[in-house]
Amino acid sequence: MKVRVLVSLKPGVLDPQGRAVHHALEGLGFDSVSDVRIGRTIELEVADGTSDAALEEMCEKLLANTVIENYRIEKLG
Amino acid sequence: MAFRAAVVTFPGSNCDRDMAVALERASGEAPLRVWHGDAALPDRLDFIALPGGFSYGDYLRSGAMAANSPIMREVVRAADRGVPVLGVCNGFQVLTEAGMLPGALMRNESQNFICRTVDLRVENTASLFTAGYKAGGTIRIPVAHHDGNYFADTETLERIEGEGRVAFRYVANANGSQRDIAGVLNAAGNVLGMMPHPERAVDPAHGGTDGLRLFENAVKALAHA
Repeated sequence: MKVRVLVSLKPGVLDPQGRAVHHALEGLGFDSVSDVRIGRTIELEVADGTSDAALEEMCEKLLANTVIENYRIEKLG
Repeated sequence: MAFRAAVVTFPGSNCDRDMAVALERASGEAPLRVWHGDAALPDRLDFIALPGGFSYGDYLRSGAMAANSPIMREVVRAADRGVPVLGVCNGFQVLTEAGMLPGALMRNESQNFICRTVDLRVENTASLFTAGYKAGGTIRIPVAHHDGNYFADTETLERIEGEGRVAFRYVANANGSQRDIAGVLNAAGNVLGMMPHPERAVDPAHGGTDGLRLFENAVKALAHA
């Protein structure tokens, strides 16, 4: 089973990288952008039947730092 | 009584030798060297140092992989027993990732790697690391990091401020850190994480010896313990 984990900065945590990319988009003339936040995608190949609890534990213990990041788990089947 | 310190080396650590030199200069004893994959720490340790560098190539997040290496389980256990642990730069990142210190170290606000000597204000002189400094005094210590921007939520910041656990603050904010925080202590006061490198200020040829005093403070505190 393929699983995708999307890790993003929590709301309220400054994202200087996102801000720099936002400025660069404005520089290219894309003035419709009001905010940019940069995250990370992690794709896992796991055994069928891997429990949601195990996936969550992977995120809590290693894949995300929950002090600053949120995560979302998507099962791609 | 001999001062028995250990310096942990992770793959990608690059300040481990400097850390060992600083500890030897302060104590007269060469520290033991420990590898990240070791299952156990040497016994009867007086002090553990996690050095700077780029452990595991900063994969995933700075310090995240090292925080889960075999030796860190033992470092956590030793710290719980009260053994002093100092984490510098990448070592500070490892301590936060391991949950031994609150907060996280994010990319510098400027996006740039910064490498220069900065002024730090000594905020806490009650810890074994900082007891020899003058309260509110400034010391000059080099920084060299890309991910030194200290973040914690407001509740955590209020708590550590209230408990006097901010050890050092940047006189001029170097990296975007909240409340100019450069170094933080754990609740028990035996774990210190700091982004600046005291081991790079232990010889007049380094441009100053303000960092040496931190190691001397620890040696002195432990000799009286």
